[in-house]
Amino acid sequence: MSKNKSEYLINRHDNQYEVVIGLEVHAQVISESKLFSTSATKFGAEPNTQVSLVDAAFPGMLPVINEYCVKQAIKTGIGLKAKINNRSVFDRKNYFYADLPQGYQISQFKDPIVGEGKVILDMPDGQKEVGIERLHLEQDAGKSIHDLDPKNTFVDLNRSGVALMEIVSKPDLRSPDEVNAYIKKLRSIMRYLGTCDGNMQEGSLRADVNVSVRKKGSKDFGTRCEIKNVNSIKFMQMAIEYEANRQVDLIEDGQKIDQETRLFDTKKNETRSMRSKEDAHDYRYFPDPDLLPLEVSDDFIEKLKSEIPELPDEKKKRFIEKFKLSPYEANILVSDIETSNYFENVIKKSDVKLATNWIIVELFAALNEKNLEITESPISAGNLSKLINLIKDGTISGKIAKTVFEQMMEGDKDPKKIVEEKGLKQESDPKALEALIDKVIDDNRDKATEYKSGKVKLFGFFVGQVMKVSGGKANPQLVNEILKKKL
Amino acid sequence: MSDITKQSLSELVENIKSKKLSSSEVTKAFVERSEKSKELNVYITEDYANALDKAKRFDEKPNLDLKLPGIPMAVKDLFCTRDLRTTAGSKILNNFVPTYESTVTQNIWNEGAILMGKLNCDEFAMGSSNETSFFGNVQNPIDKNLVPGGSSGGSSSAVAAQLTPITIGTDTGGSIRQPASFTGTVGLKPTYGSCSRYGIVAFASSLDQAGPMAQNVKDCALLQDVISTYDEKDSTSIDFKRNEYGKELTKDIKGKKIGIPKEYRVDGMPKEIEDLWKKGIEYAKDCGAEIIDISLPHTNYALPTYYIVAPAEASSNLARYDGVKYGFRAEGENLIDMYEKTRSEGFGAEVQRRIMIGTYVLSSGYYDAYYLKAQKVRKLIKNDFDDAYKKVDAILTPSTPSSAFKIGEKTNDPVSMYLNDIFTVPVNLAGLPGISIPAGHDAKGYPLGLQIIGKAFDEQNILNIAYAMEEKINFQNNITDWWIK
Repeated sequence: MSKNKSEYLINRHDNQYEVVIGLEVHAQVISESKLFSTSATKFGAEPNTQVSLVDAAFPGMLPVINEYCVKQAIKTGIGLKAKINNRSVFDRKNYFYADLPQGYQISQFKDPIVGEGKVILDMPDGQKEVGIERLHLEQDAGKSIHDLDPKNTFVDLNRSGVALMEIVSKPDLRSPDEVNAYIKKLRSIMRYLGTCDGNMQEGSLRADVNVSVRKKGSKDFGTRCEIKNVNSIKFMQMAIEYEANRQVDLIEDGQKIDQETRLFDTKKNETRSMRSKEDAHDYRYFPDPDLLPLEVSDDFIEKLKSEIPELPDEKKKRFIEKFKLSPYEANILVSDIETSNYFENVIKKSDVKLATNWIIVELFAALNEKNLEITESPISAGNLSKLINLIKDGTISGKIAKTVFEQMMEGDKDPKKIVEEKGLKQESDPKALEALIDKVIDDNRDKATEYKSGKVKLFGFFVGQVMKVSGGKANPQLVNEILKKKL
Repeated sequence: MSDITKQSLSELVENIKSKKLSSSEVTKAFVERSEKSKELNVYITEDYANALDKAKRFDEKPNLDLKLPGIPMAVKDLFCTRDLRTTAGSKILNNFVPTYESTVTQNIWNEGAILMGKLNCDEFAMGSSNETSFFGNVQNPIDKNLVPGGSSGGSSSAVAAQLTPITIGTDTGGSIRQPASFTGTVGLKPTYGSCSRYGIVAFASSLDQAGPMAQNVKDCALLQDVISTYDEKDSTSIDFKRNEYGKELTKDIKGKKIGIPKEYRVDGMPKEIEDLWKKGIEYAKDCGAEIIDISLPHTNYALPTYYIVAPAEASSNLARYDGVKYGFRAEGENLIDMYEKTRSEGFGAEVQRRIMIGTYVLSSGYYDAYYLKAQKVRKLIKNDFDDAYKKVDAILTPSTPSSAFKIGEKTNDPVSMYLNDIFTVPVNLAGLPGISIPAGHDAKGYPLGLQIIGKAFDEQNILNIAYAMEEKINFQNNITDWWIK
């Protein structure tokens, strides 16, 4: 862990303040059905079409735990290198709201399914470890829709009862950049595991952000404020920046910070008090008597461990060791499971070095321009592999390859066919090249004389002319060799 | 055949199986008697026309292999019944018609029984006299203006008055056994986890248990046979090997060790109850049982523990009745106002009292002192029974500290009302089975019951003891049909 240039500090007068951040991430579990009922969980369905009697809390209805969701939570815990608890307890968190049909949320309060773990962040100045406090399973609430009618609120219960994992970090984060890296890493791990799709637009990943500030060097924590339900990394970073500065201003002004829950107003770019500690809900947590404590055996956990795929940290290590990638390249390629899968498919049949460059530079830029995910890439891994092989065996030059690549981006065409159809094959026949070069020298007698009299810079001019005349197809290496001889 | 309604369940089953009676005849007899008995106010919702229709259809194609072939039956209005209003005795569910069936009632219909209607009960099963029902109090057929007990007061009254051959109730702190005792009938509270809670309007989830109520022990055993099943839809349902309670019923209890807990001799217990208990001990001895004095040292704490745990769970279980999704809704200025008006108008006084107690004991700052402590005491109470069962096979106690009281007598004194449950609540707290059988009368001629408490999953044993004692006791209920004009 380093304390250098990238340290995030707030300066006021002669004081330097450090920002302390902890996150409570709510990650929707990937599961066909809800945590305690058999209703579907598909995003974007017509309102109230994925609601069972249990989800709507009809009289006499009882929750039954979905074993798959439990497995997903344990897998996530394993991915976070965390302690899996053999015994956990579901509690009721009691409060009234129109979109909370039971009048309580079933959650894990005292005894969560997953205990302490950690996440490693790759920051520009080195690695940083962020502690995980716990992970617990809970039900999502429904959705209140206030803007469909001037007088009434509508309630959609599709989300009611959907399984969430609440992942609570230790207050180990120190800057908006670290928050960014943390969320991305968490998302990456869960996507590798297939336990959460991490889609923030659809609300599959949301976070409450706890922020406090303290003078640099201080060991004590300041009073924290919780910023509720921020649904993009950008907003999280903005909210932290605003909130940290607000707290510093208060301290510098000799005022005290109230522990409270705040909301981030994305339009005004500011946080606002939602409720103070005194007004905080008394949730009256108690163990849900409808559910027995959740017991998982060591065998059960071991079996899940054996199903865990290679995770980003391990994959990165392998890429560096086996493929001699730089840590920078490896980081980029492992950050998303789809990208790393794509990469590994490309290098099955082609050169690693070239593949790394073509994916990181050309493919990413092209996808970015078209606003596409790697899974939507018009160029399949197989075809990119073919293109790289055409470069490698000298069939086309790197420059021509870019032209072919552009064509491929317009539709998944075989690069060999493009090269054939457009006659882009590189000219590597020395005799043909000699004839071509002779003609160029002949056409530029004056320049050739100048070159011979010592103006060696003109060599580049001749290469350019040869390439131009050949329509870019001349093998640049051979052109160089022959030109040198002839001039 | 005359006096159909006087027949026991086993007689009716036999007569239908041997085709001496049709389901229609039986159903008609109970419907007619029910119609003549409106004064008792046992029904919240009657479904006679459907019942007669179902009976007719049964007779057209009778399946006589079933355990309850064409037997008409009314059930406590806490069980959700598909397409038939289910109110839990509350205004807040006055208009609620379930689209689903409770597992216990489904088991009953699967064995050929026919639903006649829904029986009155205390609101959300909170009460010991059936006086908290939104649908009015129920008369005890023993005597006018006498409560039938509660919360399954409609059920006990209906069985005692022979308006239904058998019925089911629910028992959270004594709600089957106490009304059985008050009406001279038999009521069994099974082991927690024996009968599914799926589709039963919840009062206190860790205590609620459905059970049979009948005129005699054998009928009770036959019905327990039908309703006790493992159910995946209830996470607290227990998959244990269930007996064929009816078939295996025996009066041979020779050598069974029966414990007499000294702590059940409570202060101010009427002498009549003390005498009844002594008589009970003699009956048990006559049956060949061995009597052993035992101690259940934490008995004193059972009632306060119960009145923390049950309201705590209830305060949360009843949060769903908020006027948003179903049931009664009062209009309000905004969401909070709507909640307040709905719940103030929709719930009766006793339910509101318990929601407040429950909310209080779960509140931060009070949780440790009340709820957590109560849970610890609950464990001690359970340990008491575990220790006792190292020495005995069953425990014999009075069912209630008094006979039935007058309507209105205790409505303004909740604590004295709660004291009614003093002998029954420890059984719920420990999750054990308990059965109340009629064992005598007090000076006023009102019935008194004895309770036999068993080990967990040992329903067969307490049914056997009750069956043997029932014969020795030879109890006769004095029902005069005073309400039939």
